[in-house]
Amino acid sequence: MSSNLTLRAGVLSFVLFALFIAAWHIATRQIGAVANMDPEYAKLMGLTATTGKSAMPGPFDVAAKIWEHLKNPFYDRGPNDKGLGIQLAYSVGRVMLGYFIAVCVAIPTGFVIGMSPLMNKALNPFIQLMKPISPLAWMPLALYTIKDSAVSAIFVIFICSLWPMLINTAFGVASVRKEWLNVARTLEVRPLRKAFTVILPAAAPTILTGMRISIGIAWLVIVAAEMLVGGTGIGYFVWNEWNNLSIVNVIISILVIGLVGMLLDQALARVARFVTYPD
Amino acid sequence: MPQYMNEDRFISIEGIARRYPKAGGGETTIFDDLWFSMNRGEFSAIIGHSGCGKTTVLNILAGLELPDEGVAVVDGRAIEGPSLDRAVIFQSHALLPWRTVLGNVAFAVSSRWPDWSADKVRDQAMACIEKVGLKGSELKKPAELSGGMKQRVGIARALSIEPKILLMDEPFSALDALTRGTLQDEVRRICLETGQTAFMITHDVDEAIYLADKIVLMTNGPGAMVAEIVDNPLPRNRGRIDLHKQPDYYALRNHLIDFLVTRSRSFKDEIPETYSKRHPPIVRPTASTSSATDSTLSAA
Ligand SMILES: Nc1ncnc2c1ncn2[C@@H]1O[C@H](COP(=O)(O)OP(=O)(O)OP(=O)(O)O)[C@@H](O)[C@H]1O
Ligand SMILES: [Mg+2]
Repeated sequence: MSSNLTLRAGVLSFVLFALFIAAWHIATRQIGAVANMDPEYAKLMGLTATTGKSAMPGPFDVAAKIWEHLKNPFYDRGPNDKGLGIQLAYSVGRVMLGYFIAVCVAIPTGFVIGMSPLMNKALNPFIQLMKPISPLAWMPLALYTIKDSAVSAIFVIFICSLWPMLINTAFGVASVRKEWLNVARTLEVRPLRKAFTVILPAAAPTILTGMRISIGIAWLVIVAAEMLVGGTGIGYFVWNEWNNLSIVNVIISILVIGLVGMLLDQALARVARFVTYPD
Repeated sequence: MPQYMNEDRFISIEGIARRYPKAGGGETTIFDDLWFSMNRGEFSAIIGHSGCGKTTVLNILAGLELPDEGVAVVDGRAIEGPSLDRAVIFQSHALLPWRTVLGNVAFAVSSRWPDWSADKVRDQAMACIEKVGLKGSELKKPAELSGGMKQRVGIARALSIEPKILLMDEPFSALDALTRGTLQDEVRRICLETGQTAFMITHDVDEAIYLADKIVLMTNGPGAMVAEIVDNPLPRNRGRIDLHKQPDYYALRNHLIDFLVTRSRSFKDEIPETYSKRHPPIVRPTASTSSATDSTLSAA
């Protein structure tokens, strides 16, 4: 039954994909040369006008370019011409670093907030105020104080990943079932052991939901941040290719950004499955 | 004064009170000035209507809640918090769902004896799992178990720490009659074999008669009281199946049912002159006394 459903869904996905490619191809195909144009004028206008070729690349142009990138993802020909792989590695590296620091801060802090109603009440106004701030709004302040664009980008990732994890950890810890805590109490389990053997496993699914939200936001933000700070990274690459008017590369970047974002999310989803318990 | 020549008052509840703030201001007194005691190796049950405060009494004995007045004393020491000497079997079994059966029991064992080796912890946990008849299921997670099996794990976990006192909050109420019967047999066997002191909340009169040596009757709240303490007249070697063939069975059963049906409600309004909260009367309903005192219900 379910394998049948998977098969049918797969076929449908494929058909939709094929239809999309076909529509794209038709919409961008060559319409035939435009006749009787002054050759000087034609030269001025470029291929688009003279051959009737659409300014938008077709699927085969993109596929050819992807193949080119795949053949040589890690070349480095100076600051403005690096392989797609290198650019992605920069972005993923920044996200990982900022995210990792955020995990180290958010989970212990969330634990404290979740365990102590006092801390919860005291810190709540700050969290509520900081949470809705667009992470990019921090950028000028970060650039001014840190004076290093690479570190500033990491800081922005840190600050945007922090809140969902902090809030979810605090919530998960605060809502551990009373009966489980009572079990720990009647067994006279020491606080640290209780934190690791009862509260952490009980709150883990909620914490991981927060971590998944955070990685998603971090990946959204890194592209924008790199457009601002420039230099390296997939965000900078997109912007640079736009300045080069290479729409093919812009489309490829969009695809790759989606792909990497999906992989990051799936990786955490896998971890989440591992810590989820049936109730 | 009857029966309690050898009273050792191993557990002694001395004038405890519990109050909650009322919604519109003021306080509700769940109970106050509550006194009763239990002896070492004795199995006591408490019966009373829903909401009268039985769980509150048990939580106070467990150390999970503190009384607003009075003290609960165990072995000469006032209870100030939870202790490994008093194991609780929770009504909702309260197993940790991310741990296996063995993991749940081993968690208790390693809490009790932190310096034991992993092998020793495992052996102790396995022995208790076997005792409740769950051998072969030790690697299952609670979600894969039936209600009766979960409750068995709860029992194994409580027994595994070799507590001085076993506290049970309606441990079998969520089970079907057949499973309940088997588990009652097992608990009774284990308690008799090891001389376990136990305190149990129940709604089931037959369960109280079968398991308990002493049955505490609690009147309806708010302001619940211990109306009396019933001394079980049935012989110690009673069996569950032929319980009703015991000569004193109907006298005892009628007495308890009469209490639940009428006296739990009316007791407050017709308190006997000799009644003292500090020394609730001890009653031993037998076939010979029943015609005189409790003939309100005929034997079913
Ligand atoms: N947190 C609370 N706030 C206010 N009242 C409470 C609170 N907890 C318990 N009570 C009241 O205390 C009384 C006794 O509760 P308890 O759980 O001890 O009853 P019980 O005898 O165990 O009932 P049941 O047989 O239904 O389990 C109830 O009337 C309940 O309404
Ligand atoms: Mg209760």
